[in-house]
Amino acid sequence: MTPPDSNEPRPASKGAGIYIVGALAVAAIVGAGVFWFVTAPKPLGDDRIAAIDAVDADAARGETIFWAGGCASCHAADNAEGEERKILSGGHRLTSNFGTFVVPNISPDPEAGIGGWSLADFANAMLAGVSPSGGHFYPSFPYGSYVRMTDQDVADLFAYLGTLPASDKTNAAHELKFPFSIRRLVGGWKFMFFDDGPRVELANADDQVLRGQYLVEGPGHCGECHTPRNALGGFRSGEWLAGAPNPEGEGVVPNITPGGPDIAGWSASDIAYYLESGFTPDFDSVGGPMVDVQKNMAELTASDREAIATYLKAVPERPNGY
Amino acid sequence: MKFRTLITAATFGLTAVAAAYAAEPQEMRQEMMKHVGGATGAMAKMVKGEDDFDQAKVIEALTTISKTMAEFPAQFPEGTETGMETEAAPAIWENKADFEAKAIALKDAADAGIASPPSDVDGLKAMFGPLTKNCGSCHETYRLKKEG
Repeated sequence: MTPPDSNEPRPASKGAGIYIVGALAVAAIVGAGVFWFVTAPKPLGDDRIAAIDAVDADAARGETIFWAGGCASCHAADNAEGEERKILSGGHRLTSNFGTFVVPNISPDPEAGIGGWSLADFANAMLAGVSPSGGHFYPSFPYGSYVRMTDQDVADLFAYLGTLPASDKTNAAHELKFPFSIRRLVGGWKFMFFDDGPRVELANADDQVLRGQYLVEGPGHCGECHTPRNALGGFRSGEWLAGAPNPEGEGVVPNITPGGPDIAGWSASDIAYYLESGFTPDFDSVGGPMVDVQKNMAELTASDREAIATYLKAVPERPNGY
Repeated sequence: MKFRTLITAATFGLTAVAAAYAAEPQEMRQEMMKHVGGATGAMAKMVKGEDDFDQAKVIEALTTISKTMAEFPAQFPEGTETGMETEAAPAIWENKADFEAKAIALKDAADAGIASPPSDVDGLKAMFGPLTKNCGSCHETYRLKKEG
């Protein structure tokens, strides 16, 4: 028996080829199905929406959440001061490795803003990153943190936002690099990185630490800048609040764990005073994007600032994440 | 003659302040900021109630801030954009006029405080907040946090 000529396809391998093609086709269809399933926007369940709808919302309490959440830092016009920070007309350009995000108008204007949204629409945005039309929001809108917020806080914030001045300003679309421009892919990001669990487990945490944890990990979304990210935009594991390269250019965002070179020597009251006044223990002042964040923190109650400070002293020490 | 004396005295005064700092602009401006921080801290401790209100010390602190701010923008010549762990942002050299205006705004606020100094801690509190807003409004744009 002579070996088959290598140029001559063997009848047996032809049959195998059909099987392989068939198997690949099935795998592709299954894969596409899995992709489609995994990346599908998943709004909140009916029970959660009903619970939020049932809340007795209070706009005055919502103002505290508004400042804790830092809404004005992105959604007010650049360089807005004082009362102008309550006009959430959008337009700020947020640069990142993925391209430039253009912040939307979330003022109560029914056309340009979110005046036409229901509380359920708002809750889906804040807690599921899903828009009223059922698509994904990009996680530059930090629902990856807001997902931890309570029903009460979401409802109060929505009530408060409704009291703010409307702006009819329209803004440009995001300018993202391929493939990040494909919104559906956000579903993959959510699949890998989006959950409502605690960022760190703190043994024997008292009420004050838990309040701080809620403010920092939830509405305050401190980790969005202070935690380093991987190439896909998820937080690097085990580096919570360890500091990160400045996403908007040169420089770094400081390590705010007790291992950080900047605040390792600060007491909890030093941290609380910094959040209140903008001054470090040696009376250097706040700088960079934190200037705006500190203005927000100054609007909180002293006990909330103390809770944040206590939590920051309680999180695990990390070496610099940048 | 009198005019010349005044000019000479003024120049000498400024030179004396400048000479108190190290030679390189990067170091000089860092020292200057520490002086402003020290002056701010003296007032902040009164605001916080850690120290008793002392009008003379308030005026002294404001004078330090005013004098330092008069010279501060001159410490950013071309060629000092980097080095010696400077945290100066490139934006300083891109928007020199705005950067200088911000220094002058702080100087003017300090001068106003010297002209009508607070007579008690409540007066100091009322002055201190608006005065020190100038710190953040400049650092927001013109200082970069570098690896520390």
